[in-house]
Amino acid sequence: MEKPVIQIESLTKVYSLDSHRRVDAVKGISFSVKQGEIFGLLGPNGAGKTTTIGMLTTRVRVTSGDGFIAGISIRDEVAVKRLIAVVPQQNNLDRSLTVRENLIFHAKYFGVPKQEREQKADELLEMMGLKQRQDDYVRAFSGGMAQRLMIARSLMHEPKILFLDEATTGLDPQSRRLLWDKVNELNAGGQTIFLTTHYMDEADELCHCIAIMDHGKILAMDTPGNLKKMVPGGNRIELELKDVSDALIDGLQKLDRAGEVNRRDEPDKVVLSIHGDQTMMAGIMRVAQQAQADVLGVKLHQVTLEDLFIHLTGRRLRD
Amino acid sequence: MKTFAALLQRDITVLIRDLPEFVVRIAMQPFLFVFVFGYVLPNAGQVQPSYANLLLPGILAASMMMAGVQGTAIPLSQDFGAIKEIEDRLMAPIRISMVVLEKIVMGTLQSWIAGGLVFPIAWIIMRNNLSVHVQSFITLFVLLFLVGIASAATGITLGTSISPFKIPLMFATIIIPMIFLGAAYYPWHALGNVAWLQKVILINPMVYAAEGFRSVLTPKVEHIRQLYVILGLLAAITVLSGIGLRGFVKRAYS
Ligand SMILES: Nc1ncnc2c1ncn2[C@@H]1O[C@H](COP(=O)(O)OP(=O)(O)O)[C@@H](O)[C@H]1O
Ligand SMILES: [Mg+2]
Repeated sequence: MEKPVIQIESLTKVYSLDSHRRVDAVKGISFSVKQGEIFGLLGPNGAGKTTTIGMLTTRVRVTSGDGFIAGISIRDEVAVKRLIAVVPQQNNLDRSLTVRENLIFHAKYFGVPKQEREQKADELLEMMGLKQRQDDYVRAFSGGMAQRLMIARSLMHEPKILFLDEATTGLDPQSRRLLWDKVNELNAGGQTIFLTTHYMDEADELCHCIAIMDHGKILAMDTPGNLKKMVPGGNRIELELKDVSDALIDGLQKLDRAGEVNRRDEPDKVVLSIHGDQTMMAGIMRVAQQAQADVLGVKLHQVTLEDLFIHLTGRRLRD
Repeated sequence: MKTFAALLQRDITVLIRDLPEFVVRIAMQPFLFVFVFGYVLPNAGQVQPSYANLLLPGILAASMMMAGVQGTAIPLSQDFGAIKEIEDRLMAPIRISMVVLEKIVMGTLQSWIAGGLVFPIAWIIMRNNLSVHVQSFITLFVLLFLVGIASAATGITLGTSISPFKIPLMFATIIIPMIFLGAAYYPWHALGNVAWLQKVILINPMVYAAEGFRSVLTPKVEHIRQLYVILGLLAAITVLSGIGLRGFVKRAYS
């Protein structure tokens, strides 16, 4: 079996604000990440995602436990820094330098030879759509452009693992899409990516494996598909009606795979909730017709990671 | 080593880009002092022409100190400011202490450039009143060398022990008093009548810089002995680099 490229063992971080106020930001988490995958840490603000990335990337001092990047302990800072790249949550581009210089100097810090770094800068500026802006200063860059430049910069030294911390937070939907495409493109080229997000759709769409984090702990970790299977009930179809007859409920319960039918009364309608997915839609409509029910609407409710989060914590991801 | 050179190159590139601003910043203070005290006042008969001799070493020390402190503390305030621009450099494959060392080297270079500018300015404006005999070039260079490093170490200490947003306040509360209470515009022995002050200001590295330059440029003016000057500067460098390093590391990690 292949050795994991990231391995974390009981990693803990306690921030001391002063002598008697402490924050338990990360509470003894353990997991591993496989080479070549997109791994996502999903959780609400304050869950401890940035702190976890900070410890893995040597910027946050570990309180206890350990982490290994390609077998090297994260306490061996210089060796680890050689293997990784980070795109932080906040823009930290060097504003005294131009777009291209940001890339070139970064490569110089890593000792990338001249010809290689010039070529790499050309490639990445092209890929991120920043070629025309290469001699501009980065001061006036929009969020999306800054984010793409930071990704370009992080790739200049060909890191083994790329860390993206909330890379799409604050971006407009279009820039977000574009960034997702870039992430997929990089991963298709073999890049291992460790990302954090508080958008469940982003985690669902991009990641091969997701760890759900809350209050400094990992609550669940698996593929998006398997995670969603953990939600009791699974996918549902909701039938909204003026009124319900016993015949209708009987008919629905007889449908293949329907299981129990739940009834919920709302002020101006009754909602029946049936387990199942879109393949059962036709059958449900047929039963409704036979029972001469007055159907106001039908909704397919697919399980999301948000449902799982609510199931696990009783709270929404974002409030 | 490559990483260290690249960090240095980055800072030099940025400095050269703002070269006119840099030159004006470090040349203005010595120019004004030399002009007012070395030219205007002597010509107005308000001070004796020989005051120029007392002034030159002090201005040299003050200019170098100012340049070294500004050259480290101001970039630090930007680096660790709201957007932590230095983060990409902290992620470079090098020990954090080497990043600090690079900052000290940069500050030292700027301090030396400032020192180098003082001589021509002084010569152009005060040459008629100046009687400078360099007693020993070796000693002069040793002093220039040490004062440069001491000024950068002072800057690192100040820059990392104060919130980045309070750097301007630091100039008013620490740098300016350091310069004025640094025996720059009067020899340290002249404070004999204010003995408490004379003792207190011995913690100010500026005093050793000014007195050291006095000992080598205008040895006739009474000055602190060279041995003590050098020990004072070495102590300042050791203590301040140590505090600066700790402050920097504390800021660099969370
Ligand atoms: N430098 C710090 N000092 C003190 N507390 C911190 C620091 N950084 C984060 N925290 C606290 O640690 C917890 C986790 O924060 P963080 O890792 O930033 O979460 P996330 O990235 O998931 O939003 C929060 O309660 C936050 O207030
Ligand atoms: Mg965060």
